[in-house]
Amino acid sequence: MIEVKHLTKYYGRTLAVDDISFYIDAGSVVGFLGPNGAGKTTTLRMLTCFMPATSGSATVADYDVFSQSLQVRSRVGYMPENVPLYPEMRVREYLMFRAALRGLGHKRRSSAVDRAAERCWLAKPEDMMRRRIDQLSRGYRQRVGLADCLLHEPEVLVLDEPTIGLDPAQVREMRNLIRSLGENHTVILSSHILAEVEQICSRLVIISGGRIVAQGTSSELRRQVSGPSRVIVELKGGRPEQMAASVADVGGVLDVQHTRAGNWTRLTVQCAEEADLRQDVAALVTAKGYQLRELRREIGSLEDFFVQMTYEQTTRD
Amino acid sequence: MRKVLILARRELSAYFYSPMAYVIAALFLLMVGVIFLWGVRVPFLKIEMEPVFRSGAEATLRPLFDVLAYGLAVVVPLLTMRLVAEELRSGTIETLMTAPVTDAAVILGKFIGAFVLYLLLLAATGVFFALIVVFGKPDWGVAGMGYLGMVLLGAAYISVGLFASTLTRHQLVAGLIGIAVLAFFTGGLYLVVLAVPAEYAQTVAKLNMITYFADFSRGVFDTRALVFFLTVTAFFLFISVKVLESRRWR
Repeated sequence: MIEVKHLTKYYGRTLAVDDISFYIDAGSVVGFLGPNGAGKTTTLRMLTCFMPATSGSATVADYDVFSQSLQVRSRVGYMPENVPLYPEMRVREYLMFRAALRGLGHKRRSSAVDRAAERCWLAKPEDMMRRRIDQLSRGYRQRVGLADCLLHEPEVLVLDEPTIGLDPAQVREMRNLIRSLGENHTVILSSHILAEVEQICSRLVIISGGRIVAQGTSSELRRQVSGPSRVIVELKGGRPEQMAASVADVGGVLDVQHTRAGNWTRLTVQCAEEADLRQDVAALVTAKGYQLRELRREIGSLEDFFVQMTYEQTTRD
Repeated sequence: MRKVLILARRELSAYFYSPMAYVIAALFLLMVGVIFLWGVRVPFLKIEMEPVFRSGAEATLRPLFDVLAYGLAVVVPLLTMRLVAEELRSGTIETLMTAPVTDAAVILGKFIGAFVLYLLLLAATGVFFALIVVFGKPDWGVAGMGYLGMVLLGAAYISVGLFASTLTRHQLVAGLIGIAVLAFFTGGLYLVVLAVPAEYAQTVAKLNMITYFADFSRGVFDTRALVFFLTVTAFFLFISVKVLESRRWR
């Protein structure tokens, strides 16, 4: 559905997006994840034909975003960050205007507006559609923006930070809505909140410093992440160096580090991939007659991975 | 073309949602009313103009139009300054330009929206013309040409104002640029004519919008004037589209 090849964007001499490529299947919900200023918005703006790329190409529904811009634009519903709307218009009037702009005929316009409003919970309270946009709360503005995207039943929805600025209840509503939209549309959304993207999206693209640092389903990413696991042991009954050395002799252990934790010694044991050495360590500890207070295995979380990835990227620059 | 009209309608209704249209209409009509009934007298600048509407005067709006040609150089940019600048400031440009409409349709829609408002303002001066019809016998040909001249002049002014609005996200700056450009192509060029060598003076004088407007207000239909105004309008609309397009590249 969406194919991006070597897309690069410079603002003047600043590199905003650096040679990114990805492919998105029809009917998937994809999350763009990255810290602020990573190039998410720029990428989305290039996909929605708001600005051209410096180099590289992108196609949406087999139309090129640069040379067949109008075809792309009529197949995409785009909600920019901060949802810009005309403040002086009324909700219904605005949606009717946008529907007309999308080329919907007179008869279809009204039903399209009603349907989109229903979908985005704008139908209630009853006077909502008659309210002026500048009197709406943030949550309702967001819904108007989303309803606008749905008017022409686009194949692709592009939502830039759809949940930013909403209260927790609204965030949950918005997430449910986006998930249900994923059944009929291809959805791309951006966010800097990992948990959110994990919940809504079937695929994640982690972007940082203008580059894609990882992509895949969340379980694929987790597998990548959890590569080396660690075992944390707290024990006493010998000199720290000596205890560390004896644990290091256990098969499969790559490295052991010791720190003091009060009277106890805390060992951080790096294990080979996928290995679970808790049992072996426990056996050793009993054999040596040490006292054991804690023994647990730690798998790197996606959160750690995300922070680490984006941190590496920012420190490299 | 249908989308142009949809955009024009929104633009026009946006004027009436804000106090802008009313304030400018009031200002414009006040200006017209004062010139019509009391005339203008600024001893300091040695400007002296009898009221248009007085006994013994010629039954025509011509002196009014001649003054308005200058007055509109200030009023029109105030009317057009928000057209694109406001979209740039509020970010609605992003939803507008990602909708399936061409940049040319956007500019043309905005132009037509502002132009229709201008025509409404101009139509309001019909009240004064009606008074002249009641109390005198105007030359309908001259009056018709005068109005045609005002329509063409307005179109050219609006296209300049619209162009100024594409240049910046600050309405006030857009307004000032518009006023400055129009002031140059109306009054300003008279000063330039005096300053340049005689062989260029003729050419410079030909750029002055007022010269062409004067033909119409005298009641003369000159194709050169018609072509001049249409060309100016088309030119400024064209470069507005180009400026809007170039925003994508920055």
